[in-house]
Amino acid sequence: MTKDEDIDEVHTGFQFDNLARNNMLVSRGIQMPTAVKTGTTIVGVVYKEGVVLGADTRATSGDLIADKNCDKIHYMQPNIYCCGAGTAADLEMTTQLMSSQLELHRLNTGRQVLVRTANRMLSQMLFRYQGHVGAALVLGGVDKYGPALYSIHPHGSSDYGPYQVMGSGSLAAMSVFETRWKPDLELEEAKLMVRDAIAAGIFNDLFSGSNVDMCVITRDGATHVRPYEVANIKGKRLGKYNYKRGSTAVLSSNVKKIEIVSETVKKTPSSTDESMDTA
Amino acid sequence: MSAEMLAMSEYGRDPRKHHFSPYADNGGTTIAIAGDDFVMVGSDTRLTNYSGILSRNQTKVFPLTEKTMIASTGCWADVLSLYKDLQAKLTLYSQEHHDEMSTPAIAQLVSTVLYWRRFFPYYVSNMVIGLDEDGSGVVYHYDPVGHMEKLRFSSAGASVAQIQPLLDNQLGALNMKDAVPPKVTKALAHQLMHDAFISAAERDVKTGDSCIIYTVTKDGVAEEQVKLRRD
Repeated sequence: MTKDEDIDEVHTGFQFDNLARNNMLVSRGIQMPTAVKTGTTIVGVVYKEGVVLGADTRATSGDLIADKNCDKIHYMQPNIYCCGAGTAADLEMTTQLMSSQLELHRLNTGRQVLVRTANRMLSQMLFRYQGHVGAALVLGGVDKYGPALYSIHPHGSSDYGPYQVMGSGSLAAMSVFETRWKPDLELEEAKLMVRDAIAAGIFNDLFSGSNVDMCVITRDGATHVRPYEVANIKGKRLGKYNYKRGSTAVLSSNVKKIEIVSETVKKTPSSTDESMDTA
Repeated sequence: MSAEMLAMSEYGRDPRKHHFSPYADNGGTTIAIAGDDFVMVGSDTRLTNYSGILSRNQTKVFPLTEKTMIASTGCWADVLSLYKDLQAKLTLYSQEHHDEMSTPAIAQLVSTVLYWRRFFPYYVSNMVIGLDEDGSGVVYHYDPVGHMEKLRFSSAGASVAQIQPLLDNQLGALNMKDAVPPKVTKALAHQLMHDAFISAAERDVKTGDSCIIYTVTKDGVAEEQVKLRRD
């Protein structure tokens, strides 16, 4: 029977109701399901007038490609975007939560949100969950202090610098920045460098692939280009694999007659007769 | 050791375990389809280690005799070791008998060689393909410890989960009502093998770069290479 206090109880945050049951199942040798990961290449670079963020579009589940064109560049604020690598669900929920928190912050303060604010709020949230929220982020934006770029690790530590990389393709991507980065890059130079860094991840890291996405943030706003470049064209098959009608065997069939108990016809006013009641 | 010493935390701690794995998974996918007077075998050419690519142009199909080949994927070190062992045995045989070993005999030899390593196996998925004594195509498929099965078509390696259902349906006419298996022509075998690799490269991170297709007939071995996506 349900007691009144059960109904009144308010749950916030994660629920751990199934933890004991799941631990028991694991101890009995049952395999827990695996989460979709975005074994990823994400990068960001600061240039003369702003920040360029880049990402590949492959999501994997083990060796299987789960999504060939997923979006890894997430909206935070009109002047702040965030690239994510790691557990897909954690990234989606963390960035959604953070974008609404930042919007509330903007409404409360009446000012444009600072990139350092977003960095601090993300770091503190991830630290609170001690690395169990598997999100590795590259956070970039432009505020009154100019362009800013951070990378944030799943345990809550964060780095600040002119170029940042994250994900399984980060080594390939970093090699591009370490070779070619210089201060005060022009926009076109920065975009080419980000493209090449993501492409390095796409072609050299098995868990990164498909297309290059990009987001350019300046003082005047952000442009999210998706896809920026289709780095891989899909192979062409020689044959056609359509099936003849009736190829699927019918194992059993059961037809049930629907008894019509009553029938009513109602006249509804069309839009030309009457406007919608909005009072 | 005295009881006091054992009781001391430094000596009484849990034994430490050092782990070494002698096996690696270097990926790779192979397909084989037999016809009446030919046999077709193909592999992708990507060699991987964890999340990296070791080679974009490494076939996993190796010649054993004029009309027999072996397709091996799994632990690359074991693939090379097994192939060398087989080559040595086949050389000894040919020098002793003044003739090459037949395909069914090689198929049996591979099974035996694999079972010799029953308790420290070659970590390899093998297929032996070739022409039998009547000149018709045959495919033998193995598990890592030597279980052998003679088939008309098969696949092995990283992308079996994607490819084998396609072959079972298109060549075995499985899971369809009133369907009969088609006559396996070179054109059909080539089309299916080509399309299977194209589709596997779409969804499997370990299959890609290119595929090499070998066609074995009484006139010899023909070779064709097809590009696949490289991401």
